[in-house]
Amino acid sequence: MVFSAGGVVSAMLIPVLLLLFGIAFPLGWVAPPTYAHIGAVLGNPLTRLVLLALCVLSLFHWAHRFRHTVKDGLQIKALDGLVALVSYGGAVVGSVVAAYLLWQVP
Amino acid sequence: MSALSPSTERLPNTRPQPVPTFWWLGNASYFAFMLRELSCVFVAWFVVYLLILVSAVSEGEAAYQAFVGWSGGLGILALNFVSLLFVVYHAVTFFSAAPQAIVVRIGGSRVPGSAIAASHYAGWVVVSAVVLWILVGV
Repeated sequence: MVFSAGGVVSAMLIPVLLLLFGIAFPLGWVAPPTYAHIGAVLGNPLTRLVLLALCVLSLFHWAHRFRHTVKDGLQIKALDGLVALVSYGGAVVGSVVAAYLLWQVP
Repeated sequence: MSALSPSTERLPNTRPQPVPTFWWLGNASYFAFMLRELSCVFVAWFVVYLLILVSAVSEGEAAYQAFVGWSGGLGILALNFVSLLFVVYHAVTFFSAAPQAIVVRIGGSRVPGSAIAASHYAGWVVVSAVVLWILVGV
């Protein structure tokens, strides 16, 4: 459930955000938002809620898929306990960091 | 015993063989599957990148401008370009597989898979347009 929700949310939102912030703004295809603009967008609680959901769901989506890629894809089954701990533990820590960083936006 | 509980005795030639680590090389569809699984790493990288941006905006205008400058470096650009390819690949395969995962019935008849896939693509276009409008204003 969390896995497929993460799949849908990350598939819908990440391509456009990565295209803008990763390629189009740095290369100057489109002028990046001014500081006042991006501050206003991030200052909106709805934006932060959507981004928090995006971060949490994407991280658990990553954790689940990464664990199974290592276990079934690369056939490294002996370390599955450790890999699962690092994957899901990393997703929990990442979610807490995301919540903190989004919370403290002025 | 009935056919529902097959014998657990192994025949001499059916001992399970270990699967090689690189079983997914040498077959195009297995390789495509592994590329798709690998896309999760780039999804995680995007979360990190987004949080660096958020934290820069929190720190102030100078930090935000520094982020924009840093994001134009060759290494970061290359990483983000590769990530974009994987993330789009992930999105396309996810939406195309949606009809296999979602069964919708309206009035007792099943909604065709093509309509379910099409509605996901339409949602993708709408979400992207809204994000573009919020950030760029076009």
